[in-house]
Amino acid sequence: MMIHLHKEIENLKKRLLSLCAVVEDNLRQSVQAITERDDRRAEQVIGRDLEIDQAEIEVEEECLKILALYQPVAIDLRFLVAVLKMNNDLERIGDLAVNIAQRAIFLNRELPIEVPFDLNGLSEKTQTMFRLSLDALVNLDASLARKVCAMDDEVDAINRAMYDGVKAMIRRQPEHLDALIALLSISRYLERIADHATNIAEDVLYTVQGAIVRHAREFKRLPPEDAPPASVRRD
Amino acid sequence: MNTLTATDTLTLEPPAPAGDDRLAAIARGGQFDAVVHPAVDREDATLEVRDFCLWYGPKKALHHIGMRIPRGKVTALIGPSGCGKSTLLRSVNRINDLLDTVRIEGDMLLNGDSIYAPGVDVIELRKRMGMVFQKPNPFPMSVYENVVYPRRIDGERSRAALAEVCERSLRRAALWDEVKDRLQESAMSLSGGQQQRLCIARAIAAEPEVLLMDEPCSALDPIATNKIENLIDELRGRYTILIVTHNMQQASRTSDYTAFMYLGHLVEYGPTADLFRKPRLRETEDYITGRFG
Repeated sequence: MMIHLHKEIENLKKRLLSLCAVVEDNLRQSVQAITERDDRRAEQVIGRDLEIDQAEIEVEEECLKILALYQPVAIDLRFLVAVLKMNNDLERIGDLAVNIAQRAIFLNRELPIEVPFDLNGLSEKTQTMFRLSLDALVNLDASLARKVCAMDDEVDAINRAMYDGVKAMIRRQPEHLDALIALLSISRYLERIADHATNIAEDVLYTVQGAIVRHAREFKRLPPEDAPPASVRRD
Repeated sequence: MNTLTATDTLTLEPPAPAGDDRLAAIARGGQFDAVVHPAVDREDATLEVRDFCLWYGPKKALHHIGMRIPRGKVTALIGPSGCGKSTLLRSVNRINDLLDTVRIEGDMLLNGDSIYAPGVDVIELRKRMGMVFQKPNPFPMSVYENVVYPRRIDGERSRAALAEVCERSLRRAALWDEVKDRLQESAMSLSGGQQQRLCIARAIAAEPEVLLMDEPCSALDPIATNKIENLIDELRGRYTILIVTHNMQQASRTSDYTAFMYLGHLVEYGPTADLFRKPRLRETEDYITGRFG
């Protein structure tokens, strides 16, 4: 039994989940800073980003240490590779939450305006995707991870519709140009967070199935849900 | 759907396979399906093990092993102690014949020729194979005589031919530069790692159709082990190698194909890169990640 390796992986998991918790909370607070016009929340988000950056470095160092010392294979290797990649996604989501918080502070200085697209729908969907991707990670749940990947199309559709709404509004109310551009940026940030959630879900699929599903649609090589053994011999 | 907290646990155990657990089925003596990856079947085989069973007295040590050993490739046998990997290796050159209590069923084919057919000349058969053991076993004679020994007993008398065999074999075994000035010294004066490479040189001097290695590095230090592993890599392509190893990292570093055995059964057999990244069976995954065995 490789007890040391498994202990190290347990510790890594704790660090990763702790990072997930902070990033998830920062994302929620950044969206609330817009909807509640709350500068204090936005500033908290910006302040906590340093904590996320520090945690990202620690998780990466742990992964590198485990790879160097234990040369893991199979599911342990797949998990470590997936953690290295999703660590990066988590840090990027943290940065995007900061960007949203900065736009929230800007918007809070402007007069309230009608949002020309479904901001609540977009932010809820994005947060749901992120939460589901983390649930898929915690439970190594391939079907949940696939669900997250499918949801990305819905977010992309809302984001595309947002452009038309913002353009029309700029024509009608050019005096709110700055605020509308800030909203446009927020929509883009949320859409990119959804992309990172999809990446995390794809990394979960890799951990569970051992198949790289990224760009699968483009390559038309989506793996079957449960690949049957290549050849089975009856002894 | 709950918000995560740092105290949530995250399990790395993959979902349990449908149906019965294979290892439990093996332990109960039940029927068992081995998984052989299709890449193995696409290879040209030097050695073919066909429905092979072996008993030590009343104890069945190998159960219906079916394996094709690809030509020019390195195939590693892994599994916990007592899984039958060394027994299988020793069955290839019929060393097990030396034990009175051994009984076999099934057959093995070396380049199409039966190994166990009645009337097979075992001495002639063994000339077609090389064997390297756990502990180096140089003969108590000079380095030169060790290497040319298989050719001498095969009737080669030409000094020039023997000298050429000696140099070529020692070069292939990555030992020439270290012993070229000590060819007439006793082989026993070499270091353990050098002795093992000498044994490999002696094995390949006979141009074997298959090279059998039974934990060839287990008695060596890390530097000597590294040299043997490099040598195995050099021999790849020219020789078909079947190696038993307890060291999983050695199997992953040196072999092209890996077979996982358990309690005398072949469990999973496929390309090493696939087996160590994403084995088909949960049981293989559990073994190579150290979750049992």
